[in-house]
Amino acid sequence: MTDKSITPATGQGAAIVRALKSFGLLRESIVGMIGTFLILFWIVVAVFAPLIAPHPPNAMISPFVLPGATGPDGNFFLLGTDHLGRDILSRIVWGSRTVLTYAPLATLAAYVVGITMGLAAGYLRGRADTILSRISDIILSFPVLVLYILIIATIGSSGINIIIAITFASAPGIMRIVRGLVLDLRNRDYVAAAQTRGESAWHIMLVEILPNARGPLIVDACLRLGYVIITIGVLGFLGLGLPPPDPDWGGMINETRSMALAYPYMTVIPCIAISSLILGFNLLADGLREISLRD
Amino acid sequence: MLIFVGKRIGFMVFTMVVVSILLFLLLEITPGNVATKVLGPYSSDEQRNLWLEAHGYFEPFYLRYFSWLGNFASGNFGDSVRFKVPVADVLWPRLGNTAILGIATFAVMIPLSLILGVLAGMREGSKLDRSISFISIVTTSVPEFASAVFITAILVFWLHLLPGTSTMSDGFDIMQLILPAMVLIIYDFGYVTRMTRASMAEVMTTQYVRTAILKGLPYRRVVLRHALRNALIAPFTVIMLQINWLLSGVIVVEFFFAYKGFGALLLEASLNQDIYLIEACAMVAVFVAVATQTISDIGYTYLNPRIRFT
Repeated sequence: MTDKSITPATGQGAAIVRALKSFGLLRESIVGMIGTFLILFWIVVAVFAPLIAPHPPNAMISPFVLPGATGPDGNFFLLGTDHLGRDILSRIVWGSRTVLTYAPLATLAAYVVGITMGLAAGYLRGRADTILSRISDIILSFPVLVLYILIIATIGSSGINIIIAITFASAPGIMRIVRGLVLDLRNRDYVAAAQTRGESAWHIMLVEILPNARGPLIVDACLRLGYVIITIGVLGFLGLGLPPPDPDWGGMINETRSMALAYPYMTVIPCIAISSLILGFNLLADGLREISLRD
Repeated sequence: MLIFVGKRIGFMVFTMVVVSILLFLLLEITPGNVATKVLGPYSSDEQRNLWLEAHGYFEPFYLRYFSWLGNFASGNFGDSVRFKVPVADVLWPRLGNTAILGIATFAVMIPLSLILGVLAGMREGSKLDRSISFISIVTTSVPEFASAVFITAILVFWLHLLPGTSTMSDGFDIMQLILPAMVLIIYDFGYVTRMTRASMAEVMTTQYVRTAILKGLPYRRVVLRHALRNALIAPFTVIMLQINWLLSGVIVVEFFFAYKGFGALLLEASLNQDIYLIEACAMVAVFVAVATQTISDIGYTYLNPRIRFT
C-alpha cells in the first residue's frame, strides 16, 4: 500500500509511512502488534489453505460430530462437522480465502472510485464539487444496511454484485475524507509550483496531492477493511451473500443458525473467526493512529 | 440561526425527494416487472395487462411518479403482496415494536457510554483509560450477529437464563427484550464511549480547566462543573447519528431473534420482492436517518456557543 520511492512528507502521513516501513516501530504500540498478528495469522491460513485444511471444504463426511471427537468412520474432527457432515475446520480455513479475497477487492474498488471523486471535488471545486458532494450526501443519508439490502435484493447476490454494492455505499465516505484532505493540500507551494510548470490537473492530483494525503487514508483503509468484512459477514448471515456451497463465514452462520440451540459450536466457531479478523484490522488502525499522533 | 435551520430542513426535503425518485426508478421503472411481482409468476399476460391498465401503469412515467408521491404523502402506501393487507397496517405496528427496542437500547447505552467515556477521558493515558478504550475496540469489532451468537450460546444454551427468541407471541414480554437490546448496546456503546473520551480528553487540556485545577478547586468539581458541559457537545451529535447505525443494527438483531420489528419487515419485504412494502420501509428508514442528522446538526450549532453567536 505504501510507495517507498516517495520522499517522506510532513506531518501525520510521514509518521505512518515510517511506521509501516520499519515494522519494528509498531512494537511501540501493543494493540497494533496484536492486530498485525491476527491479520498475519489469517493471511497465512488463507495462503496455505490447501495444506492446512484436513478435508475438502464441501465434502460431506459424517454429520453432527462434536468438536474434538472422532467420527464413526474413524476421521478426527478438531472443530466438529456441520449438519451436512462437512468438516468445520476445513470450511473455516477455506472461508478465510473467500473473505480475504472479496474484502480487499471491494475496499480497493471503493477507494479507486472514492479517491477519484474526492480529488475531482476538492481540486476542481465549482460545479463538480457541488454535484459530487450532493450525490454522496444522499447516498450517505441511507442507513448502510438498508442500502445494501436494496441493492443486493434488486441486482441479485453474487461476488461481483457484493463488490459493486460495497463500492457504491463506501465511495461517498472515502470521497468526503479525500476532499477534505485535498482542500487543505491544494494551496501548498508544491502544488503552485506544479501549476506554474504547466502540469495537467490530473497529474497534480495524482502525483502531487494524493501521495501527501496518504497518511489518514491508510488508517481509514484499515478501519474500512474491518467494516467491509462485517458487511460481507452480515450479508452472508442474512442469506444475501455468496451463493452456497462454497465456504463463506457469514453463510456458515446463516446455514447452521436454526440448530444453534442444540449445536452451538457450529455457529460460534465462524463467529470467532470473523470477529478475530475484524478485531485485527481495528487494532492495527488504532495502533497506527496512536503512533502517528505521538510524533 | 434561522437561515441555517431553514437550509438544513430544505436539504432534508431535497434528499427525501431524490431518494423517492431513486426508489421509484429502481422498483417501478418497468411496469411488466411490477405486475409480475404483484400478481405472482404464474399470472398470464392478459391478467398482467388488465392489472396494469386498472392501476394506471400505461400513463407516462412522470405522471405515475407524481400520483405515487401524492398517495405516499397522504399515507396510502398500497397493498402488501406478502401480507395481503394495506402496507400501513403492517408498517406502523412494526415500527412501534422497533421504537420500543430502540428506546430500551438507548436508555441503557447512553448513560453507560457517557460515564465510561468521561471516566476514560478524565485522565488520559491512565490504566482505566487504556482498559476502557481497549474494551470498546473489542466490542465494536464483534459484529451484531456474532455477539448475538455468543450471548445466546452463553445465556440461553449454557445457563438457560433467558428465552432465545423474541417473537412476543404471547403478548409483550420484557424478558424477550433483554437479549436483542443487549446485542445492540454491546456493538454500539464503544463508538459513543470513544467519542466522549476524545472530547473529554480535549477539554481537560484547555486553559480554563487548568486554571480551575490550579485555583485549588477539588478535582471532582472541576470535572463535573467545568469540563463536562463542554465535553458533552460532541457526543450529542454522535448519539443522534447513532440512530442511523441502530437502523442497520435492528435489521440483523430482529432477524436473529425473530423480533417482529421494522428491520425484520424491511428484510422480509426485500427478500420477497414485495415492492410497495419495500418502498414504504425504505422511505421511512431514510426519513428517520435524515431527520436525526438534521436534528443533530441544528442541535450541535445551538449547543456550541462559538458557532451560535457568529
